[in-house]
Order: sequence, then structure tokens, then C-alpha cells
Amino acid sequence: MSEAAATTGVLTIGLSHYLTVSAILFTLGIFGIFLNRKNLIVIMMSIELMLLAVNINLVAFSSFLNDLVGQVFTMLVLTVAAAEAAIGLAIVVVFYRNRRSIEVEDINQMKG
Amino acid sequence: MIIASLAFYLFSIMAVIGALNVIFQRNPVHSVLWLIFTFFNAAGLFVLLGAEFVAMILVVVYVGAVAVLFLFVVMMLDINVIMIREGFLKYLPVGAVIGVILLVELAIVFGGWTMAPDAKGFRVLPTPDMSRISNTEALGRVMYTDYAYLFQASGLVLLVAMIGAIVLTMRRRPGVRKQSIAEQVNRDAKDTVTLVHVESGKGLS
Repeated sequence: MSEAAATTGVLTIGLSHYLTVSAILFTLGIFGIFLNRKNLIVIMMSIELMLLAVNINLVAFSSFLNDLVGQVFTMLVLTVAAAEAAIGLAIVVVFYRNRRSIEVEDINQMKG
Repeated sequence: MIIASLAFYLFSIMAVIGALNVIFQRNPVHSVLWLIFTFFNAAGLFVLLGAEFVAMILVVVYVGAVAVLFLFVVMMLDINVIMIREGFLKYLPVGAVIGVILLVELAIVFGGWTMAPDAKGFRVLPTPDMSRISNTEALGRVMYTDYAYLFQASGLVLLVAMIGAIVLTMRRRPGVRKQSIAEQVNRDAKDTVTLVHVESGKGLS
């Protein structure tokens, strides 16, 4: 009885499964930001990973609650992510033109 | 049912593997390609959740536009691959500690979390019957009516991003010969052509 319940628990995909996947992806995004200090572009890719995790969360809740708003918000997050990628890459290109490098340590001209 | 469950595990494990490779790849170009792989698997997860339109938008926008933009920039900048890996091990412990702390926090939050019994009553837009209306149609009916202002605002965000990217990257390079259309249009016949009456037999001195 309990074993049957366990197998159905593994094979029945619930909300928590999706939340776990998105939590893992979000953590990997954070991890990537700390790990790749020499390359701004990989840091931006990590940010995209984190936004993807957020989107998975929104769509999962939208699906399991039968509420359509989550998918609308997902599209808005997608829009903002695309805009952020475009502006961020433009800044990276300008920075590379000036300093010939995209290391995080070299970004110190705007000393606060 | 079992096939859907297996598909979930396939897509999610592949997405996590892709994300790991995005972070740990030595070459940024490979990172971008693994990012595309991750996005495809996330789109698969969205299809499993019944959000087909968002899945297709994810493929079109992320794989078709954002990832290709990343690929362009990675290939445009001449980055030394060996130099990039310096200091990788230096930041590994602190990154791992923060990642583990965050994961434990998320596990605590999700572990102790239960859905409120009356949560279904607080839905803003209950999903219509999907056997009568498709996901895309339902989203479109909501997007252009209830969320028209947000839709317009996201269009404005994209416009500002486009103008910002152009303004940031445009530069005037000296020594490059370019067509000046205003000058060409404003050219007058008086300034350039002179009509000379030449007497026959005399020639032009």
C-alpha cells in the first residue's frame, strides 16, 4: 500500500516538482554569477537562467491554479528579459571597445 | 500519464544539465549553445504544463533572438579563453556556499508551504475550458483587453531598449567615407556646372 503510494508519488507530477526544478535553476544562476568573475557575458547568461526559473514558477502556478494571469506575467517577464539582454550586451560591447576586456575586476571606472 | 511524467523528468533533468554546462563551460560560445539547449527543455516543460503559447514564445524570443544576440556578441568580442578561467577556483567556495544556502532556504520555504484551501477563490482570471478554446486564444482575449495597458507598457520598454542599444553602440569613426544624403540632395546645378560659350575655331583656353 505504502509502496504503491510511493510509486504514484514519484510518477504523479505535482506543483512541487516544478518548483524544485525552478529552484535548482535559480540556484545555478546565482552560482554562475559568483563563479564567472572573468566574463561578463556568462554572468548575463546566468541572469537569463534565473529569469527562466522565475518563468517556470509563474507558469507552474498558473497551470496548477487554473489562473491565466501567470502566463500573462510570464510574457511580460520575457519582454523585460529581452530588453535587459539587448541593453546589457550593448553596454558590454561599449565597455569592451574602451577597455579591451570584459572582466568584472576591470569595471572600476565608476568608483562609488 | 506515465509518459507525461517521464517527459517531465527528461525535460527537467536535461534543463538542469544544460544550466550546469552554461556555468561550467570553458568556452563562452559553448555556454550560449547550452543556454539554447536549456531554453528548449524549459519550453518542453511549459508544453507539459499546458502553456503552449508561452512555450512557443520562449523558443522564438529566447532561442531566435536573445541567444543569437549573445552568440553575436561572444563571437564579436575577441576574448582570451585561457585568461577567463583564472580565479575560477578562487570564487568556487564562496559561490558554492551561497548557492547551497539559497537552495536550503528555498527548500525550507517550499517544504513548509501548503496551498491555502480557499486559494482557488482568489483567482483573477480562471482559465476557460481548454477543450473549447485554445491556450493562445484565451491568452489573446485577456492580453488585449484586461492587460492592454501592461501590453502597451511592455512595448514601450522594448522601444526604449532598442533606442538605448542603438545610442550606446553607435559611434562616429574618423576617416570613414560615408554617403551624406543631405549634402547630395542640396547640391545645386549652379554650384557645380558652368556653361561656357565656346567660339568656333578658338578652342577652350
